[in-house]
Amino acid sequence: MAVFEALLELADDHLILGHRVSEWCGHAPMLEEDLALPNMGLDLIGTARTLYDHAGKLEGKGQSEDDLAYLRDEREYRNCLLVERPNEDFAHTMLRQFYFAAFMRPYWLAALNSTDEVVRGVAGKAEKEMAYHIRHAGEWVIRMGDGTAESAARMREAVDALHIYVDELFDSSDVAQEAEAAGILPVRAALRADWDKTVEQVFAEALLEQPQAAFAQRGGRQGIHNETLGHLLAEMQVVHRAHPGARW
Amino acid sequence: MYSQGLIGADGRTEETPEFLERFQRRIDAEEKIEPKDEMPEGYRRTLVRQIGQHAHSEIVGMLPEGNWITRAPSLRRKAALLAKVQDEGGHGLYLYSAAETLGVSREEMTEELLSGKAKYSSIFNYPTLSWADMGTVGWLVDGAAIMNQIPLCRCSFGPYARAMIRVCKEESFHQRQGYEIVMTLAQGTPAQKAMAQDSLNRWWWPSLMMFGPHDADSQHSDQSMAWKIKRFTNDELRQKFIDATVPQAEYLGLTIPDPDLKWNEAKGGYDHGPIDWDEFWRVVKGHGPMAKDRIKARKKAWDDGAWVREAALAHAEKRRARKIAAE
Amino acid sequence: MTATTPLWEVFIRPRNGLAHKHVGSLHAADEVMALQSARDVYTRRGEGNSIWVVPSAAITASDPDQTAENFEPTADKIYRHPTFYEIPDEVGHM
Repeated sequence: MAVFEALLELADDHLILGHRVSEWCGHAPMLEEDLALPNMGLDLIGTARTLYDHAGKLEGKGQSEDDLAYLRDEREYRNCLLVERPNEDFAHTMLRQFYFAAFMRPYWLAALNSTDEVVRGVAGKAEKEMAYHIRHAGEWVIRMGDGTAESAARMREAVDALHIYVDELFDSSDVAQEAEAAGILPVRAALRADWDKTVEQVFAEALLEQPQAAFAQRGGRQGIHNETLGHLLAEMQVVHRAHPGARW
Repeated sequence: MYSQGLIGADGRTEETPEFLERFQRRIDAEEKIEPKDEMPEGYRRTLVRQIGQHAHSEIVGMLPEGNWITRAPSLRRKAALLAKVQDEGGHGLYLYSAAETLGVSREEMTEELLSGKAKYSSIFNYPTLSWADMGTVGWLVDGAAIMNQIPLCRCSFGPYARAMIRVCKEESFHQRQGYEIVMTLAQGTPAQKAMAQDSLNRWWWPSLMMFGPHDADSQHSDQSMAWKIKRFTNDELRQKFIDATVPQAEYLGLTIPDPDLKWNEAKGGYDHGPIDWDEFWRVVKGHGPMAKDRIKARKKAWDDGAWVREAALAHAEKRRARKIAAE
Repeated sequence: MTATTPLWEVFIRPRNGLAHKHVGSLHAADEVMALQSARDVYTRRGEGNSIWVVPSAAITASDPDQTAENFEPTADKIYRHPTFYEIPDEVGHM
């Protein structure tokens, strides 16, 4: 069932990134960010929940949001590689957030015209959330890029580390292509120009350069992940799986 | 969440009797004291200490619950817990701000926390060992906190009282989400129910200790009561908490781990068994099971974040310079 | 001693038609981050639709020692209040 699987890809992106962001809670560089990061995490987890719920209903086999989130292994997870990358430091975290939001904002704007009512509903809420994530993460990219020598070096390191995961954002898997053909989800490849523009503007202020194209890493949509995802899932799912069938 | 009864504040003051009497008249008339008003040095010092301890408790308090955000067993619980721990950070922020009106900076207070000079609520030096602890901490620890915090909304110091009003408004969901977690477990599988009971067994006594030493052993209560920084004594608040909580545990079918707990018709409240004050003082003095780890985690966040804060300041300086150059 | 990040005062307008009201303070290196932090810290429960941030250092406050001379002289100017004037009931509400 293509639409079900395409929605899972999208939901997985949001849950995994939301989970990563939530790892910061209580450990941020300043108290203000201890509040800002959970706000972003809650936006992402909220979107994931709606998408899982909708996907489960479309599939019609009675799978709940928690069944989908907690009972699939890493080979079954369909998120892109960018979102599972570890937090590393504040530079990596904010750049990852910025890259993802710079993609999702135009994605949700295009999805406002989806033929699926639930997707339209999510898009209406999420495009605003992503606009704010672009601003908040973008301002931090600027401050770290054009801050101290150390912050600039860390920012450049983050750019080097993460740019190989960017291209995968614009790939559409077979199931995504079916959902795109049905007008349910937007065509990913069409969003490149928007993403480039957003990133160029912020990088210009941040005194950062986009690296030359390198060999892009792909595989998330086929369940071929980095090793890091298995550990994330092991942690996320441990309690739920230890008590099969329990209510929480 | 809330710090326990004030530990180690020095309420001594050296002003003239006339001045102190004038100040006391304002307090007795229920006037609020604002930051720039004249106030006895002891009053100022007590507040800086208490608000600081309270703020530190919120910040350190993010850690035991933060420990379970990534393992929350449903997405609904994950979102609620994340929002709750975020609130604790917000409460710490409001409280640091209230203390800052008295001329002490957040950076100074943070350094006192990290050096071990400043105290925070001993409850957070216990480990969270199961998902049920997320329920129990919300139910008991936030429940105890609310008992303490509601009277603080009427504290004589304006900024503290205002911060507490905001905190109490936000906190109202915390205890409910905790109780709902425990209730779901208590009505769940035998393993879940056992998890809930084990959690209650571990958190009951530390929660009672949150109210601080018995009134007879509390050094600073009298002066703080006179200054209306404090409105009820430790024992009064503890009694209120026990009386409110016992029926909630009964509803869940859980057993409070105190064989001496029984209703006392004459006083209209519950009698309870002896509290292990040796344990209390041990934990207050930094020998709680998680004490070293908590400070280490806060220190790591602060140290690792230094380059980010420096970058933000450096960038702000460049922005200012550019703006001036453009004018 | 670490460098201190400047303090800002935050004002929120709960909805159009009301004035911005002081809600608290926060730390931020510059005005852009101050506004974003104010949004993240003080509007998590739909508290408003507009934010002002002001550097705390930019506020000039009256001196509490001058409270009496500032504010007491107004107490006996009761002729500034409508109830000072006697209007017969027959005239109706005025």
